[in-house]
Amino acid sequence: MNSAVSFFYFLSFLTILSAVMVVVSRNPIHSVLYLILTFFTLSGHYILLNAQFLAAVNIIVYAGAIMVLFLFVIMFLNMKQDQEEAKTNLTKIAATIVGGTVFVILFGAYRKTAIEPFNPQTYDSQVGMIENLGHMLFREYLLPFELASILLLVAMVGAVLLGKREIGERHF
Amino acid sequence: MDLVEFLVKTVTIVAVFGLTLVIAMYSTWAERKVAGFIQDRSGPNRAGWGGLLQPLADAGKMFFKEDFIPALANKWLFIAGPSLAMLTALLASAVIPFGSTFRIAGHEVPLQGVESNIGILYVFGVVALGVYGIMVGGWASNNKFSLLGAIRAASQNISYEVAMGLSLIAILMMSSSLSLGEIVAQQHGMNWNIFYQPLGFIIFITCSFAECNRVPFDLPECETELVGGYHTEYGSMKLGFYLFAEYINMFISSAIISVLYFGGYNYPGMDFVYEQLVKSLGTEVGHNIATLIGTAVFFGKALFFVFFYMWVRWTIPRFRYDQLMNLGWKKLIPLAIINILITGAAVLFLKPAITAWLN
Repeated sequence: MNSAVSFFYFLSFLTILSAVMVVVSRNPIHSVLYLILTFFTLSGHYILLNAQFLAAVNIIVYAGAIMVLFLFVIMFLNMKQDQEEAKTNLTKIAATIVGGTVFVILFGAYRKTAIEPFNPQTYDSQVGMIENLGHMLFREYLLPFELASILLLVAMVGAVLLGKREIGERHF
Repeated sequence: MDLVEFLVKTVTIVAVFGLTLVIAMYSTWAERKVAGFIQDRSGPNRAGWGGLLQPLADAGKMFFKEDFIPALANKWLFIAGPSLAMLTALLASAVIPFGSTFRIAGHEVPLQGVESNIGILYVFGVVALGVYGIMVGGWASNNKFSLLGAIRAASQNISYEVAMGLSLIAILMMSSSLSLGEIVAQQHGMNWNIFYQPLGFIIFITCSFAECNRVPFDLPECETELVGGYHTEYGSMKLGFYLFAEYINMFISSAIISVLYFGGYNYPGMDFVYEQLVKSLGTEVGHNIATLIGTAVFFGKALFFVFFYMWVRWTIPRFRYDQLMNLGWKKLIPLAIINILITGAAVLFLKPAITAWLN
């Protein structure tokens, strides 16, 4: 087995382990930290696929910004293990059914998907590099890209408007 | 990968690592010497000549103190906090180009740990992670002052990262490359970015002060309000790691500033020096000595900014927290966006006009 393949298996093992730990951990802070580890291992997968830009952006956006806010909120809420409300049996059964259904759907989709065979002649290993990605985004996919940016701008304006203090409201 | 290449890379990375640690260690000495000079006293002068052994004495003290963990603290996260702070601080040094290349027996060995085409994004990602060490440590201490300090640090880092990223975009528009080696190479011949991006430089250096939690933005450890901030409960080497990580961050950000804005290892008249050296000492020795001079110049620039950090620390008083947030969100971000617009206009219209006029 060459080193890239064995590294892939190691990374996959780590990804799945940390993803399982996110769900299993009793302490919400531990869950968040395991989720960050999951993002790291996913970035490792991106680097194995030669998509370095995606790997760096994944770290910056998810691990660097979004998870910090998650941690922030959980720390403020100060959740303790003993305050966790007991789940009824009905909730547990419903959760099992929903989770199992999702698993069956995913498994079925996986079995039906035909993965395109790898062709070394036409495959460009540099497609994930930032120059190629930029050309692709700004030439072939310009309109969807700009629409996505406008969507983000609208969301940002909405967030600012919600967070804005109204006239006459108390200053804390 | 062949074995020689692997060994060369290993040696480079270990050297870069060791160098960063030694510089951070002596920054603690330099900080006290600069403080002493500014406040008209002599600073450390007992351990070794001019107090030069003081960092070793401090490290010895830190190691031999009792390693205490508070009873109600979350034990593993309490230990993980300082470790994460050190880890993220040291990661960034891997992509910094310390000089051009060494020629050893016909091989060109770059003075850079890893040359990556996403260099600056990597640095930015590592900086974004720097906040975890502080947040995890502050929360795990189970102390409200620690938690408040950690939350302040986190919100401050997130806020200033935005302005920092926006000021970087102006640089990237000019260089059209994310590789740090490429950005330095483009500044050859006094084309330093500081002449094209003065506003971007001011925004960047302000944000790097905030990212390193240095005065005037050291509110996460503001003694008058928060006892000791996020490291209130820490002692011995764990506290040492937090303080040490701050000095490493200072050196790394100074190095990044000199790479991005002050031409890295470029200096005026370097082509002339290079020609003279190659003529008199041959292509191999001459090239290596020219590279060494460039590296020395790079360290000179980086250490000047480390000094600048200390200078500011003993000159400017601390901000208030709402002032800090207003500066970040309402002043620096709009300024950075204006800077991007100006840079875009200049690259599109001014640059072709000037090139046409010069020809």
